[in-house]
Amino acid sequence: MGAATDLGWWGVLIAVVGGAIRVSTPYLFVSLGETLTEKSGRVNLGLEGTLVMGAMSGYGISYVTGSPWLGVLVAGLTGTLLGLLHAAVCNLPRVNDIAVGIALFLFGTGLAFYLGKPLIEPVAPRLPHLPLGAWSDYPQIRVALEINALFIIGLILAPVLRWGLRNTKWGIMLRTVGDSSDAAKALGYSVNFVRIMGTMAGGFLAGVGGSFLSLYYPGSWNEALSSGQGLMAVTLVIFARWNPVYCFYTSLLFGGATALGPALQSVGITANYYLYGAAPYVLTLGLLISSSSTRHRLVGAPSELTISK
Amino acid sequence: MLTDSKLTRRQILLGSGNIIAAGSLMALFPALEASAAAKPITVGFIYVGPRNDYGWNQAHAVGAKKIARLEGVKLIEQENVPETVEVEKVMEGMIRQDGAKVVFPTSFGYWPHILKLARNYPDVLFVHIGALWKEGDPKNTIGYRGYMEEPHYLCGVAAGHMTKTGKVGFIGSKPLYFIFNNLNGFILGARSVNPNITCQVVITGDWNNPVREAEVTNSLIDQGVDVMVANVDSAKVVIENSERRGIYSCGYHTDLSELAPKGFLTGAEWNWAAGAAFVKAWQTGGQYPNLLRGGFRQDMVAISPFGKVVPEDVRAKVLKIRQGFMDDTFKLYKGPLRDNEGNVILKDGQVIANDDNKFKLGVNFLVEGAIGKTGLKK
Repeated sequence: MGAATDLGWWGVLIAVVGGAIRVSTPYLFVSLGETLTEKSGRVNLGLEGTLVMGAMSGYGISYVTGSPWLGVLVAGLTGTLLGLLHAAVCNLPRVNDIAVGIALFLFGTGLAFYLGKPLIEPVAPRLPHLPLGAWSDYPQIRVALEINALFIIGLILAPVLRWGLRNTKWGIMLRTVGDSSDAAKALGYSVNFVRIMGTMAGGFLAGVGGSFLSLYYPGSWNEALSSGQGLMAVTLVIFARWNPVYCFYTSLLFGGATALGPALQSVGITANYYLYGAAPYVLTLGLLISSSSTRHRLVGAPSELTISK
Repeated sequence: MLTDSKLTRRQILLGSGNIIAAGSLMALFPALEASAAAKPITVGFIYVGPRNDYGWNQAHAVGAKKIARLEGVKLIEQENVPETVEVEKVMEGMIRQDGAKVVFPTSFGYWPHILKLARNYPDVLFVHIGALWKEGDPKNTIGYRGYMEEPHYLCGVAAGHMTKTGKVGFIGSKPLYFIFNNLNGFILGARSVNPNITCQVVITGDWNNPVREAEVTNSLIDQGVDVMVANVDSAKVVIENSERRGIYSCGYHTDLSELAPKGFLTGAEWNWAAGAAFVKAWQTGGQYPNLLRGGFRQDMVAISPFGKVVPEDVRAKVLKIRQGFMDDTFKLYKGPLRDNEGNVILKDGQVIANDDNKFKLGVNFLVEGAIGKTGLKK
């Protein structure tokens, strides 16, 4: 039992920073995934279902094989399959991708609850973390800086994706398809194929994000595991202006908002806890309202994104 | 006749999917009906979540399994039934298709739906866990519930002996009287060992919100808490995160000792198998109470097996107080008692009986030593 020092208000700050790092990873992966999908001109609202399926399948595989990293991989592949399903259905003529997304959201969560029944009880091996705070004498700081490898992967992935979208042939192809399918066709790209790829990649990342929930933090499978992170991450993409690096910052912001209430309550500020609990959702609403406009399109929004298809 | 009756009984067991038909068979053999001490009976359990959640639902499923061992009882179960009209459909399905004669809808919010159905099915017994029954409600409904503050007091005693920082933590779900009772029991127990112990209280506002529970756990540990107890639907996340951070924890609802092999102290458990008495009474036409509350004395609550960190002398002290609850020599609420805002709750010498429901239902304060607020407007 480590000798905990009373840090008072510093404790709140450390808890919020630590919480931001702990809680933000699922947001980060889902929003990166959704950015890729939306850049190809599709919206996948089903990522919440993908997230939950990823959490369930990752936990199951980790429990059965004893390898949490295999769990992460399988969670990603499950997400890829769901992405493929979404893309394949949306490629049919006169199919609305929003409606398909909502259907997949419900399908994914329902299927995960059904298949996940036997996984509620067992305890699966968790992902390891890097003790980046080992230099500190304060256990609070050590714990806040126990950083999971997936967070670091996400941290690296964000600028890499940004660079890739701007500078590689694949990135430019993806953006062309997302901005003007006619131009893409004229250039000889297969619009449907590129969108399938974009949606599958998005599904993969969302699945990996789900595995973080069940395999690291909070670190077990149950049916209330995701409290809407998958859906909020979709909003977050809009706020981040379809920029992977901004996705990283906004994910941290959302993680910190989630951690604020518990941190304040633990120092005895217990009034209005429902309000703190609602902080991430209020933030979502606020961001959407502040970033909406009747006059111009959002900077960075792929032109092919539309709800009236 | 003897062989005939045996055959009939087996048929009944085999064909228990349709008790109505079985019932008509029974009518052909009045002698058998009289001679069989325990008529075959179908008992339905309805859960609001999954049965193996390491929490509320599991506690009921454990009780259901014990009830299923009674002679002539056939158990049917359904999980994930929301507290809406859905539960009425499930209950009616159990009654009409499976012939259930006793149903245990095991979630608090099922009660209004039970009241709606109970009058239509006077031959079915509805047992609810809220102890909400009052005069004027149908006679074929029962409310029962254990005094969980008693095992929480024992958890508090264990926590009081084991804490090194003098800070313990309590995570509550909703601002409800029984959560406050449990919390008060826990604090009173801890402070009976050392009156300087404080308890950080966090109400999450949700029955089940794993991410927030994990965050609260980590924040409380950052503030120096080294024994944690959580009154949420499933304390699994809190116990696992406490174990990872190397602090002690106490369980809730059901036996959680295997989740924390190093830091588990003990836990507060329901004993819902007390419902077996109602099934028996309904089976044999015996008497039953419509409202039943009880603690250790009525065998309606229990504590989990001690974790291996708990030394012998602490175990002995805890068990001694449990004995005091059993023979009613030990009282949980007694004066002098103040709440954490300094108001006098009980004067010196004032003692509240352990089964004083009126007092316990009205608990809307946190006792001295609690850091936090109920969040209620008084």
